[in-house]
Amino acid sequence: MRDVAIVSVAQTDHRRAVPELNEVEMIQPVIQTVLEQIDAKISDIGFTCSGSSDYLAGQAFSFVMTLDAVGAWPPIVESHVEMDGAWALYEAWLKIQSGHADTALVYGYSKASPGDLPRVLSRQLDPYYYGPLWPDSVAMAGLQARAMLDKGMITEAEMAEIAHRSRTSAESNPHAQVKGSPSVDQLLAEDYLSNPLRKHDCAPVTDGGCAVVIAAGDRAREWADNPAWIRGIDHRVDSHNFGARDITRAPSAALAAEKAGVSDGQVDVAELCAPFTHQERILRNELGLGDDVEVNPSGGALAANPIMGAGLIRLGEVANRIMAGDAGRGVAHATSGHLLQQNLVAVLEGSS
Amino acid sequence: MAESDMEDRSTSTMPGGLWTQPSVSVPDIGDGEVIQRITEPASLHYSYTPGRAPTRFLRGLAEGKLLGGRAEGHDAVYPGSRGMDPVAARPTVESVEVGPDATVTAFCIVHIGFGEKAPPTPFVSALILPDGAAASMYGTVLGIPYEEVRIGMRVRPVWVPEEELGLTSENITHWEPTGEPDVPAEQLKGHM
Amino acid sequence: MGDATSEQEILRAPLTIGYDFQRTTGPVIGAFFTALREHRMLGIRDKAGRVVCPPVEYDPGTGEPLTEMVEVGTEGTVTTWSWVSNLRDGQPLDVPHAMALVQLDGADTAMLHAVDAGSPDNIGSGSRVRVRWRDESVGGIRDIVCFEPIEGGDHG
Repeated sequence: MRDVAIVSVAQTDHRRAVPELNEVEMIQPVIQTVLEQIDAKISDIGFTCSGSSDYLAGQAFSFVMTLDAVGAWPPIVESHVEMDGAWALYEAWLKIQSGHADTALVYGYSKASPGDLPRVLSRQLDPYYYGPLWPDSVAMAGLQARAMLDKGMITEAEMAEIAHRSRTSAESNPHAQVKGSPSVDQLLAEDYLSNPLRKHDCAPVTDGGCAVVIAAGDRAREWADNPAWIRGIDHRVDSHNFGARDITRAPSAALAAEKAGVSDGQVDVAELCAPFTHQERILRNELGLGDDVEVNPSGGALAANPIMGAGLIRLGEVANRIMAGDAGRGVAHATSGHLLQQNLVAVLEGSS
Repeated sequence: MAESDMEDRSTSTMPGGLWTQPSVSVPDIGDGEVIQRITEPASLHYSYTPGRAPTRFLRGLAEGKLLGGRAEGHDAVYPGSRGMDPVAARPTVESVEVGPDATVTAFCIVHIGFGEKAPPTPFVSALILPDGAAASMYGTVLGIPYEEVRIGMRVRPVWVPEEELGLTSENITHWEPTGEPDVPAEQLKGHM
Repeated sequence: MGDATSEQEILRAPLTIGYDFQRTTGPVIGAFFTALREHRMLGIRDKAGRVVCPPVEYDPGTGEPLTEMVEVGTEGTVTTWSWVSNLRDGQPLDVPHAMALVQLDGADTAMLHAVDAGSPDNIGSGSRVRVRWRDESVGGIRDIVCFEPIEGGDHG
């Protein structure tokens, strides 16, 4: 295995809607910044991979347009996933592991504002049994929260505490969209959005994105004083047929964590992509994170949730803490699909 | 269902099937036609905003102008783009008028037209390079027999009447020949 | 020309993208939909002997092809639910309703559908529900209009 590290991270200042910019105009400053931070040019990059969704863009092959923001002429080595940018990072990591590149630019982004996000996300579902019912993503998550409440795995007050903690942490995150929170009691006094979920239980709808540069060995050391080495990374999927599985669990997350080696050392910080409060509890359980582990100091997806970027941001946030020397070893998680269907887990570590 | 009915069935329309699997036994559900196909309509609705550069382009069109964009410190002018110089990867922050006269850089002869506004077939769809622009735009060439259209041919846009100008690419109904001499191929390198 | 950043200057247009997706069902989903048209419910037996409803082509555990479809009940039990008050295009009911997983009698897994419970006070995990059929069924999941609570049924 080659040593591969995250060496540069940039993200948008996330907003509910960025109507004055198209996706290309929105992500270009992020791509420019992530390269300029390490004094690199696109010609220094061996592979470029992005994550985005045509259903959000309302346009087929929308990622092709965004390549204008990369400088894809003369032609570059490029790929795209219709997944969170964390999966684009996985593909880039594989490309480097296979020896076909030493460096990679990875980005993920979306503008969710033009459409009705909870309705758009219903198109991820099985098109025979579930899709024709147009279940919105909040009601879907509500099924999972209810199952946990019924089992005594969490309480509505604990869910509100997760919301409160996350958005209070987000106050120190300059990129966050939702910063600060009313008290837990005030949150619990609110009406339900989709019983048992209140608004505070749900991630905001966000326009935004994130870009990351990864590099192998000496190149990484050249570009960063303290690269965030990717010591393990794995992704797994649970059945889309969620009526036939225990939705209070995410075995795919547990397996990805095991393969990534989460439990092989101390975890100083964890960034978990949990777009709904109760999902943080599931992920803590599945990743085996104790109460002593600091989770989502950035505020997590509850503070900003650009679909197709929120998972990559988790990797970026952990990497930034390692590169800054604030953490020695951290865990990043990304998810895709409804009810934590697909999960990616990475372990990042400083050099020491 | 009886064991004898459990024959392998093809799951593909390819000759011999791509693969086979055991047939399925189904309780008696009557003699009606078995469902093999469903139609599931799906529509998504958006409120779409074009972004800065396309907005400038559309506002130019509404004034009967073709606007391109140029990135700071770069020469190339891109008409009708999403707002990037795709070589420099920098935003085209400056608006520059291009054309209206232009050169055909590629074309095809269309025999099946789509949409209510498609001209009678056959007609010519072309990539058209406005003077002063670094990249071609898509358009329809009329006003000349289709078999006489050629790369390098000089054309100009034909606009809808001024009172019908709107914030739309449909302002240019088509392009027609100017009658000027053709542009030699070597001057179109990189555009063909 | 300046950057158009004020909301007033931003151009905006409606865009609808829609397709009438034609989907082949294959024999398992096709049999399930055919039964729905006849107002009957089918599941399929997996390798562990559990009845999976709605039926799937392959074993959830082993991936082996499944072959034995069996009839299950048209009444069942809510295993989990959430309340939908922000109604959206295409959903089963045009009044606030529950979205629920319902385990039909004779099945070991649950199916997703709407429950016309009227109010979140009228539903709980463990609630008994029955199918409300579409009058002119055509063979599809929407032949089930929704589920409705059974009076006097257990309430979780």
